[in-house]
Amino acid sequence: MGERSVSQSLLQVTDLRVEIASRRGIVRAVDGVSLEIPAGEAVGLVGESGSGKSMTLRAMLGVLPSEARITGGQVMLDGVDLVQLGHAELNKIRGTKIAMIFQEPMSALNPVMRVGHQIAEGPQVHLGMNRAQSAERALELMRRVGIPDPERRFRSFPHEFSGGMRQRVMIAIALSCEPSVILCDEPTTALDVTIQDQILRLLARLCGESGTSLVFVTHDLPVVAQLCHQLAVMYAGQIVERGNVQDVLTQPWHPYTLGLVRSAPDVDHPRSSLVAIPGSPPSLINPPAGCRFNPRCKFAEQDCLVTDPPLRLVAAGRATACLHHDRCLEALRTEGADL
Amino acid sequence: MSAVSITPAAGSPESSSQAGAAERAQPRRHRWYRQPALMAGLAIVGLILFLVIAAPIFTSYNPDAQNLNATLQGVSAHHLLGTDQEGRDTWTRLLYGGRTDLRIAFIAVLFPFCLGTILGSLAGYFGGWVDLVIMRLVDIVVAFPFFVLIIALVFVLGPGERSIYVAITLVGWVSYARIVRGEILVAKRQEYVLAAQSGGLSNLRIIGRHLLPNVITQAIIYAMSDIVQDILAIVTLSYLGLGIQPPAPDWGTMISDGQNFLTTHWQLTTIPGVAVVITGLGLSLIGDGLADLLRPGQ
Repeated sequence: MGERSVSQSLLQVTDLRVEIASRRGIVRAVDGVSLEIPAGEAVGLVGESGSGKSMTLRAMLGVLPSEARITGGQVMLDGVDLVQLGHAELNKIRGTKIAMIFQEPMSALNPVMRVGHQIAEGPQVHLGMNRAQSAERALELMRRVGIPDPERRFRSFPHEFSGGMRQRVMIAIALSCEPSVILCDEPTTALDVTIQDQILRLLARLCGESGTSLVFVTHDLPVVAQLCHQLAVMYAGQIVERGNVQDVLTQPWHPYTLGLVRSAPDVDHPRSSLVAIPGSPPSLINPPAGCRFNPRCKFAEQDCLVTDPPLRLVAAGRATACLHHDRCLEALRTEGADL
Repeated sequence: MSAVSITPAAGSPESSSQAGAAERAQPRRHRWYRQPALMAGLAIVGLILFLVIAAPIFTSYNPDAQNLNATLQGVSAHHLLGTDQEGRDTWTRLLYGGRTDLRIAFIAVLFPFCLGTILGSLAGYFGGWVDLVIMRLVDIVVAFPFFVLIIALVFVLGPGERSIYVAITLVGWVSYARIVRGEILVAKRQEYVLAAQSGGLSNLRIIGRHLLPNVITQAIIYAMSDIVQDILAIVTLSYLGLGIQPPAPDWGTMISDGQNFLTTHWQLTTIPGVAVVITGLGLSLIGDGLADLLRPGQ
């Protein structure tokens, strides 16, 4: 069902804004992010550290740290705006319709609770299962995510598991109430590469089987290319480019995406040199005027310093916030096609 | 033994340093009997508990039975530790007195433990005005010395066992609230709490099932030393005539009754006093041993 180009969007984020109160001022961590997650598809959200990817995810679930709050926007899931919901109603949706997988499988599992009980807790609370039913469900999930000898492992504690196995447990917890969308916050960053690949394949397979949508936050471009259909690139709290994952990665229409692609090593097509993006991400307390990328952009012109460019549709399914996106194409043509 | 400690390490080739620490802590749990402080404490407290619970085996006298023909006797085969001014057997009263004091102390520690843990976890988890109100209450109670407040409360409520429970609960909960609040403040920043929130679990469930099992250790360790303080409080209250009412046997009453005969029959005061010291020592050793045992494993 993910193949349809006009698939109905399941989760729609519109103009989401998150502000964090800090001692030096208000940090606008998420500044007008809009995203559409079609049913059954995987959407990647990439950007460097501090670009607001994780904050976007946490705002979607309403689990922001106490200093942060949502100041505007909508998160529509099945016609319900999650931002407006009260705590009790939100708790009925969290876990059952929308679940989350975290970066550190070590710390995201309760160290003093047996893993089987952690997996069984969601079905017990949300699906009204009794102890025996939920334990049976947990065992079945452990089998599905490929945990060997689930009967014995059910009673183990998280510290008795390896990193990869813990992330499988996290996936089992996320899947336990059959959500329609799973938010992944860099789920493979803490794992080594072979385990990372296993986990990605598992995630892709399980979500494909059940038609679950994925929002996949990472800064790892090959991971996105492997797993996702759509890609959104975030910079300084805003989405700067969006489109089909192959299109965006092979023909970036924003200088920041171009920089990301050029700074990522690629084993299959080794480049003579990796090009770093000059400068560092801007302060989100006092973002630069105009386009936020302009201090680091080699294509910047006078108009980039003045107008804050909105994300605009430039081709079917492709959107960019760059005023001079044709420069990127030009640069690709002239500076070599080794991307 | 070795098989038990090897299994988790073999199952986790890519474990991080944090997991490594947890695995090293695993065999420690099996070595609790190697803690000398804990073992000594358990031996002392175990012996005392055995003596007071099985008191009828070790003495054939009734602790309240007076025998005015045999008052203020010294040590003899009939009366192992002599008799008091009303002819009651001191050894018997010591055992039955320990029964009263230990029973009340163990029960009395439960109420502040529960109340303090609940209020402390609410304050730590929710923060904001909940935290503000609860911690200001704590500040008010802490501003008074422990014994002064206990004595004042029991004086107002009237002497007796029930008043002791109420007073110790009202004064004692603050320490547990502070300990648990501090631990929860740290623990609630952990990712597993975020994961539980993302899973749609209610706040009370997160506190009860996820946070408390992770933080309760410190409160349990403190409870061990708190029992000592409670025994002292009960003995002090009884000594002042505000606690256990005569003729019920109790160490505090024994000390205060024996005081009048201190120059001639010093053992009447000294023996229950030594009993208090030994009991306190044993419980403190258990507390220290538990602290050593449980802290690195966290």
